Amino acid sequence: MAVGRVTFSKAEREKLAEVLWLLNWISVVTGVILFSLGLFLKVEIQKWAEVMSEYGTFYVPHMLITTGLAACCINYLGGQICLDCADTNKFLRWKLVMMPYIICTFFFTSCVLAGALMCYSIRSQLEESLFLGLRNAMRYYKDTDTPGRCYLKRTVDMLQIQFQCCGNTGYRDWFQIQWISSRYLDMTNSAVVDRLRSNVEGKYLMDGVPFSCCSTFSPRPCIQQHLNNRTARLHYDQESQQQNLWRRGCRQALLDHYTGIMESIGLTVLLIWLFELLVLTGVRYLQTAMENVLLLGDPDLESYGWILENSLAEMARSNFNIIKNLGKCYQVDDDPNINVPTAAAEHEVPSQATRIQCSS
Amino acid sequence: MPFMPVKFTLQKRVKLAQGVWMLYWLSVIVGIVIFSLGIFFKIELRKRSEMMDNNESHLVPNLLMLVGVLACGINAFGGKVCHDSLDPNKFSKWKPMLKMFLLLCCGFNVLLLLVALLCFLMQFAVYLTLAEGLKNGIKFYKDTDTPGRCFMKRTLDMTQIEFRCCGNNNFRDWFEVQWISNRYLDMSNDVVKDRVLSNVEGKYLMDSVPFSCCNPGSPRPCIQHHLTNNSAHYDYDHRTEELNIWVRGCREALFSYYSSMMNSIGALVILTISVDMAGLKYLCTALETMTDPENPESESEGWLLEKGVKETLADVLSKVKMMGKTNQVEEGQYVQSVVTQVFTDM
Repeated sequence: MAVGRVTFSKAEREKLAEVLWLLNWISVVTGVILFSLGLFLKVEIQKWAEVMSEYGTFYVPHMLITTGLAACCINYLGGQICLDCADTNKFLRWKLVMMPYIICTFFFTSCVLAGALMCYSIRSQLEESLFLGLRNAMRYYKDTDTPGRCYLKRTVDMLQIQFQCCGNTGYRDWFQIQWISSRYLDMTNSAVVDRLRSNVEGKYLMDGVPFSCCSTFSPRPCIQQHLNNRTARLHYDQESQQQNLWRRGCRQALLDHYTGIMESIGLTVLLIWLFELLVLTGVRYLQTAMENVLLLGDPDLESYGWILENSLAEMARSNFNIIKNLGKCYQVDDDPNINVPTAAAEHEVPSQATRIQCSS
Repeated sequence: MPFMPVKFTLQKRVKLAQGVWMLYWLSVIVGIVIFSLGIFFKIELRKRSEMMDNNESHLVPNLLMLVGVLACGINAFGGKVCHDSLDPNKFSKWKPMLKMFLLLCCGFNVLLLLVALLCFLMQFAVYLTLAEGLKNGIKFYKDTDTPGRCFMKRTLDMTQIEFRCCGNNNFRDWFEVQWISNRYLDMSNDVVKDRVLSNVEGKYLMDSVPFSCCNPGSPRPCIQHHLTNNSAHYDYDHRTEELNIWVRGCREALFSYYSSMMNSIGALVILTISVDMAGLKYLCTALETMTDPENPESESEGWLLEKGVKETLADVLSKVKMMGKTNQVEEGQYVQSVVTQVFTDM
């Protein structure tokens, strides 16, 4: 019993071919959209790649880019095929290619779905990557003279200004690292030396933050130093403290930013996947209808189109049998053509002679 | 002798009509672009109106929007006329209106020229408004509790960060102004009291700048306070230190931003004028001078001006002189007929 069997008259087949040709061209456009979405995501990740620890997140944009290119090629070919399918003579050209084409498109469509699902599942990996990356970036903030890390200070400052965030989880992260380079510390000053000595690792730690943590919404000039010392300033109360620096951590800010982008991209890719599935179904119907018409012999007759020839269970059974028989072909007992040597050795010479006679 | 005459066969007329029709629709798109540029310019001016003391003139963006809408209308109408001109029957219905339309086109081109000129000249006004506005902005930076000026601090900080600039002319403008409000100054502190008293107007002045002047590209953490005191910071020379804070003034930064915008808009408007040229003129004169009006396939001649340039100018001058004289003698219909004659001969 065929799955999804539909009857097609000649006019209906031609109409289906035309519609599918148009849909395939629209799919080429959606393929271009997919490609540009991948490119956009790649550029966005590249912008802040310095504060991400590993570049594992690059596989999502690369997948989208390759899937987009593949979509363009496959659907362009599909358009050509569907255009020719309207006429039974031209269809003969494509007859052998159709089945592999459909299988290819099926795999490609599943890749699109995988791409969409990946967009949604990347959050936890991104969070881990951002945590490690930001921690390292803050650690190397002061190393503006080390090759490979000279621009990390500028990147972190621009990040904090643009995303209105401070530190990894909050502004206190800056209290735990030395973010002022030793070359700008006056080692002859006793206060500086005391501070260095009071720390186990000899780091110059202080309760101050860089200027990029300053909030532009604060009504008073920014307080960056001696943040833990309430008495160092006039009227430094709770409210002033709340508005003085950016409260959000940069990890959270970047995570929200990228999750937002990925969710919208994921939604678009899902819609594109649904559209591709529709096109695939249409092409399958067209293929089966055309093949059945050829079997019937007369191109003007009605024919059946289906998605699967037998039901899913029967197809599974027949495939299973094929696989079983694949294994069997190396066994000896069933095949009558194979010469099985018997116990008596004296039969060997005449049998050899017989073999020679047969071959001559 | 007509000025720049060209012979037209039917084929050539058809091609000309098609070409001019495309040109008109291109002009409609350009008109839409000018309209949206006017809106964009208006929004940009509004965004930073606090930097200009809310005093900026919206003349240029308003004119641009008006001109954009007019361009769309006139060019769409011209396109319609071109489309109909291929069929002499349809064209005859437009024929009496054509002269009026051509006049309108000429007037519109003059308006476009005026708008382009304004785009280039109004930059001086923007410069002066910016200078005044920034000076006041810096003065009112500390007044975050005064209604009407609460957001000046935020706006100025964001402008300095975004445009990478500091102060009006340069960072020293901050040294002349008290930018820390008295509410955050500890008046019981001797140092603070000394500083306030040492100043004639009782202002708390210091050689410091706000944090938004800091340059993120500096290799060392930002030095905001005691900028001119080399001994206050380790290994610091204020004369050679370039990367610490932004050295450009905000007036220059904002002005270069607005002037580049106005220059490109002015250039686009001039381009629109050149696109709106005499295509239709050729077409309608070509059709008018058809030797055999009943036979659409006959040849005809088209020109820009019926007589040569000098002669036309002389004609116009004499007509204008006559107009002046006849005003004294007789008005009404005679003047009207002379005016129509002047325009008919153009």
